[in-house]
Amino acid sequence: MKQNPEERAYPLFHSPFDPCPPKHYKTYVVPVNQYVVFQPAGLPQFSPAEALKHGTLWPSLYSPYTSRKFKGE
Amino acid sequence: MWVYEKKLQYPVRVSKCDPRMAKFLIEQYGGADGELAAALRYLNQRYTIPDKVIGLLNDIGTEEFAHLEMIAAMVFKLTKDASVEELEAAGLGAHYANHDNALFYENASGVPWTAAYIQAKGDPIADLYEDIAAEEKARATYQWLIDMTDDVDLQDSLKFLREREIIHSIRFREAVEIIKEDREHKKIF
Amino acid sequence: MTDAAPKVGDRQYYELLEQLQALDFVLVELNLYLDTHPDDLKSIEQFNKVTQERTILAKQFQEMYGPLQNFGRAYSKYPFEWSQGPWPWQV
Repeated sequence: MKQNPEERAYPLFHSPFDPCPPKHYKTYVVPVNQYVVFQPAGLPQFSPAEALKHGTLWPSLYSPYTSRKFKGE
Repeated sequence: MWVYEKKLQYPVRVSKCDPRMAKFLIEQYGGADGELAAALRYLNQRYTIPDKVIGLLNDIGTEEFAHLEMIAAMVFKLTKDASVEELEAAGLGAHYANHDNALFYENASGVPWTAAYIQAKGDPIADLYEDIAAEEKARATYQWLIDMTDDVDLQDSLKFLREREIIHSIRFREAVEIIKEDREHKKIF
Repeated sequence: MTDAAPKVGDRQYYELLEQLQALDFVLVELNLYLDTHPDDLKSIEQFNKVTQERTILAKQFQEMYGPLQNFGRAYSKYPFEWSQGPWPWQV
């Protein structure tokens, strides 16, 4: 599976006394909105049909998300 | 006033009979970071926010009602044909005892919605930062909901709603910038 | 249900509905954007252009499938069409 560029990970401490099989890291998403202070004018746009599908009119503000279940997490 | 438009904002398709998922989705219906809380929060804050950003709170608040209706459509479709046994097996026995398969403003644990979930501090910065946080919490909730279903059609509608949280968050950040920049008006009485 | 109600498997209903949802979505996005960018003339022009397209498509949709809005924002045939199903969460 292609790596989600918005995904970050942090390592998890693992004690020898933890009961469950260890997960080595935990992931989280930093969506594109965290890097936008004020949207500039004239950004390229999706077509209306594509905009509806993506949930935004602007490709550069689209944040993909994949189910953790699909990723086997 | 509001005028109703007889269509959903985005097509809601649910292709798997999975009433269990309805129990989780209700978090976004009557939960602390759900769509009802969002709509009521913004539409209430709009009375006491600088004029330059009233329109934004008004319009995002209105859009949240469209999202509330989408969540309701999902829950409705997932439960309308379920038998009592199926609802019980899905963890909805307590809900059935109280409501049959009626929708109720409650969270995934069955706690009823309360106005204590939302704040109106009267301070524009405090209120807008609450709004930004609310959008990020709702985005996270949508992520966990997407994680819990393998119905790609349901995921599709949830991904739309998740992206809307991201756009709303950007707009509220811009609103903060607008309020910060508004220096020339600060001493006019 | 009236004659205007979509029939099961009425592909045109779902196609037209989605076209309308797409145009209306562009308008929601532009509206929120313009709320924080009120001086962006090009976006205002686009907003007005899409509003015009939306008006034409909504008129066509309503002639086929009944009114989209209540309280006098759309005309009615006989019997009163507004209160007839199906409702958005049912289709």
